[in-house]
Amino acid sequence: MRTIAIECLRYHPEADAAPHWQHYDVPFTDDMTVLQGLQYIKDELDGSLTFRWSCRMAICGSCGTMVNGVPRLGCETFLRDYYPGPLRVEPLTHFPIVRDLAIDQSDFLAKLESAKPWLMPKVDPGAEPHRQTPEQLADYYQYSQCINCLLCYAACPQYGLNEKFTGPAVLALLHRYNADSRDGGKQERMQLVNAEDGVWGCTLVGYCSEVCPKGVDPARAVNQNKIESTKDYFLRFLAPRSGR
Amino acid sequence: MKRSNKPIFWSLFGAGGMLSALIGPVLIFITGIAVPMGLMSRETMSYERMLALVHNPIGKLAIVAVIGLFLFHGLHRMYHCVHDFGVHVGPGLKAIFHGFAFLGTLAAVYLVLA
Amino acid sequence: MKAYRRPVTAWWWRRNPYYVWYMVREASCVVLTIYALTLLVGVARLTQSEVRYEDWLERLSRPWVIAYHVLAFVLVAYHAWTWFKIMPKTLPRVPVPDKAIVVAGVTAIGICSVLLLWAARA
Repeated sequence: MRTIAIECLRYHPEADAAPHWQHYDVPFTDDMTVLQGLQYIKDELDGSLTFRWSCRMAICGSCGTMVNGVPRLGCETFLRDYYPGPLRVEPLTHFPIVRDLAIDQSDFLAKLESAKPWLMPKVDPGAEPHRQTPEQLADYYQYSQCINCLLCYAACPQYGLNEKFTGPAVLALLHRYNADSRDGGKQERMQLVNAEDGVWGCTLVGYCSEVCPKGVDPARAVNQNKIESTKDYFLRFLAPRSGR
Repeated sequence: MKRSNKPIFWSLFGAGGMLSALIGPVLIFITGIAVPMGLMSRETMSYERMLALVHNPIGKLAIVAVIGLFLFHGLHRMYHCVHDFGVHVGPGLKAIFHGFAFLGTLAAVYLVLA
Repeated sequence: MKAYRRPVTAWWWRRNPYYVWYMVREASCVVLTIYALTLLVGVARLTQSEVRYEDWLERLSRPWVIAYHVLAFVLVAYHAWTWFKIMPKTLPRVPVPDKAIVVAGVTAIGICSVLLLWAARA
């Protein structure tokens, strides 16, 4: 059995003034993921290592970390690709570290709510279900795949430079609802879109879409709304709307 | 949340980006490489020909469009570059960068109309 | 319980090649601005006198200036390429695959370049 060197960034606020690296030697088989490597460390080498995980199959969005400086899901990343190491595992960048590999997500959660990520039906279908063609579904389907794993926030340098930036996932989810044919809440969400820290905080680096494990393509969601925001800016004088 | 006035600058940035993407490389090639090196005849940029261009109304429009839009694109991006280097950018810097582009465009207009 | 905030330095982009290429793309704006100003000076010289215009042309012919313009050409060409490569992400949903938009854009660059080269012929 081969052994890979894994280095984890450790931080226990009750004992540490600052984070520091800790080295582990982890025996592994070719089918083992980074998440399983961390679980081996916790089970056999160092029970104090703290990290989030749940489904082990890239759907819960819990196990996001920086693997050699790249945001990745631990459960989808294989140790064999980093042999012999050292494989450096850090908490997702741009977020405060709570403990070891666990980050403080509260900023994201607050922003998520502000995007009103729920269906505001255009018409009440009454007792009938809404009807939607496959074409209409295709308009927003990819944006509905977001698992809130926050890899895109770790990837986004604009979020790193300015914490007030709404960020890729929230704007993608906002777009998911705006693009849904059943939804009538676009005007309500425009305030967030139009703000300096809304879509205009994005400079299309595009790395968010590169790292997204679900193919959401947040860069596209954000930048399509730059045109929407521009239209809204210039046309607002032509077609006055109520309920701003 | 305050509405951003980015759309104004972004539209100019977009127009400049499109124009500079389509004809930027070839313009630099002609004026900065081909003619100075003799790959294209010196006649291409002779005083008489360029004067004719500046006197032509379409030529005037083209000159103002190229200089103005290239400047707006370049300076808007530069403003963002400064921010990307971690420098705090505020309305002051925004005014300086875009103001410079505006002045450059005005200068071009003044020159072609004179 | 104190959460630890890792500082972001001005050199964040050196961590990852993806970011480096992004900064190169952004840096193209510097040479584009300088070029626009070069043209502005040229137009100014043109309206002043033949002698001053010829002087501007002569400065353009200096070896280090030509070398600079080769660099400028490369950077602006990179901007042109990335402009169209990114464009599909800024467009609303169209029944055209992304690749087709990129190919159309690059083709447009080719056509415009050929047209301008032809129109410039003395």
